[in-house]
Amino acid sequence: MGARVDVTPAAAELMRSLRGQHGPLMFHQSGGCCDGSAPMCYLEGEFRTGGSDVLLEELHIDGVPEPISFWMSTSQFEAWKHTHLTVDVVPGRGSGFSLEAPEGVRFLIRSRMLTPEELAALAS
Amino acid sequence: MAIYSPPGSDGAIVNYESRYDHWIGGEYVPPVKGQYFENPSPVNGRNFCEIARGTADDVERALDAAHGAADAWGRTSVAERATILNKIADRMEANLEQLAVAETWENGKPVRETMAADIPLAIDHFRYFAGALRAQEGTLGEIDDDTVAYHFHEPLGVVAQIIPWNFPILMAVWKLAPALAAGNAVVLKPAEQTPASIHYWMSLIADLLPPGVVNIVNGFGVEAGKPLASSNRVAKVAFTGETTTGRLIMQYAAENIIPVTLELGGKSPNIFFDDVSAHDDDFMDKALEGFSMFALNQGEVCTCPSRALIQQGHYSDFLAAGVKRVENMKQGNPLDTDTQVGAQASNDQLEKILSYLDIGRQEGAKVLIGGARADLGGDLAGGYYVQPTVFEGSNSMRIFQEEIFGPVVSVTSFTDYADAIKTANDTLYGLGAGLWTRDMNTAYRAGRAIKAGRVWTNCYHLYPAHAAFGGYKQSGIGRENHKMMLDHYQQTKNLLVSYSPKAMGFF
Repeated sequence: MGARVDVTPAAAELMRSLRGQHGPLMFHQSGGCCDGSAPMCYLEGEFRTGGSDVLLEELHIDGVPEPISFWMSTSQFEAWKHTHLTVDVVPGRGSGFSLEAPEGVRFLIRSRMLTPEELAALAS
Repeated sequence: MAIYSPPGSDGAIVNYESRYDHWIGGEYVPPVKGQYFENPSPVNGRNFCEIARGTADDVERALDAAHGAADAWGRTSVAERATILNKIADRMEANLEQLAVAETWENGKPVRETMAADIPLAIDHFRYFAGALRAQEGTLGEIDDDTVAYHFHEPLGVVAQIIPWNFPILMAVWKLAPALAAGNAVVLKPAEQTPASIHYWMSLIADLLPPGVVNIVNGFGVEAGKPLASSNRVAKVAFTGETTTGRLIMQYAAENIIPVTLELGGKSPNIFFDDVSAHDDDFMDKALEGFSMFALNQGEVCTCPSRALIQQGHYSDFLAAGVKRVENMKQGNPLDTDTQVGAQASNDQLEKILSYLDIGRQEGAKVLIGGARADLGGDLAGGYYVQPTVFEGSNSMRIFQEEIFGPVVSVTSFTDYADAIKTANDTLYGLGAGLWTRDMNTAYRAGRAIKAGRVWTNCYHLYPAHAAFGGYKQSGIGRENHKMMLDHYQQTKNLLVSYSPKAMGFF
């Protein structure tokens, strides 16, 4: 269980499959129009993160040898930081350069409010 | 009223082919890997054609064709290029109804919008750039008695254009018209959610363009878009989409040292000052329509006025009247000319909107109307419909900070001018904004104070070709529309000429 980001069993299965096909993975959470708000999945290192990004979580997925990093821009995180994210997967025709789109599915973020206890734990 | 028959059915005024390959070098070319993907209509969720699943090899072929055509196209006279653009516009106008129905079937938007906005605007865009090109001139600067700096416009060469799915034909034309006018050859990748309508458009105008000047490669972003955007054979990349892909495209462009234009969305405030409600007149009625504009194109517009900021003095009454207006919206079959709100463009878009309706409620926003998926039953049961939704909440909530890209508006109040501007600018984005007031001084000051590329003042969702469109902040880089777009697709050539026979005297 990630403090900030979890994955559903279906999303974990898709990550295992993509890891097997392509290699180590990373996520960067998008914002803006069209396919904004979608978590974009790339080969690890494909997307250049920097000082303007926050590493929200290192996702540990059974059957994936290395953790999968989950990033978001710092400015967007300011608006999202009070919520917990779950990476799910739905049928769809994703755009952007995310690796799962050709499979006919799309990663999707589901959100819930972080509880006061969780927020306190994250702050400490 | 009229209900158009779905393409492919008896009585249809337009039909799609059962399969589209890539359009490369003036002909259809099957994908190198021989793969295709299914293309569903959001109207009913059922597949209506197959689309080539392009890969890097297909992109290379399209780039070969574009490079083969670019020099000759760039050397055609401006009169010749303008004539071709005008002929494209004429051909589209003669087939306006067919283009509109084709676009509606693929995207899910109501045919009254495609008939009145998408396609007429696309037609006018070609005419505008035909005219702008004819009127464009270089400059000369007389440096001194013997020295003159001449500035010529030259095309960039071959450009890459990646098109979004919310206005498949209009957004393609926003990019194509200035690029072609400026003398460039294009490799264009449509969105995989809406890959077919541009091929119907091409079937109407293909004979007007020399082979290779416009090439269309279909496929998924990671398989076709990425090789195109990262190619060292393009002189520029133009992209409309979201921030993460925008950053990735900038990253690729940095590797190749080429320019980009990016339009990455917004979270547009729509501000209603107290004096709007001073009279119950036409202007008040217009302002209420302005409030309702969040539902235009089912909210799938980068400038969707998805944050309504209403001044406290008239807040309750204005909001109640606004909600009433939303209540009267007619949602239904997009092919029915009476329908005002149609289907979302794809299943994943539908799912994303529903996820926002969920987090909006969890954050404590109040649903004033809508708030759920719409099941229209019958033939439309499998389609992607969302009820027009009005949330009431505060600007720090995620539904106020992120582009939901659905028919959803988040409403909050403000106390005075300073509070309005503060809330309006409290966003990562700055693409569009609306403001409504009867006071011209307030209108002017607010319009200048809002950090957004376009501030609609006492209007909303107008897209004339000669008003510049583009974003501040994380909404992107560069502009679309307006004659300045010719510059965005041109190099500046300076000939610095000395008419003096004398040596300069250094050596």
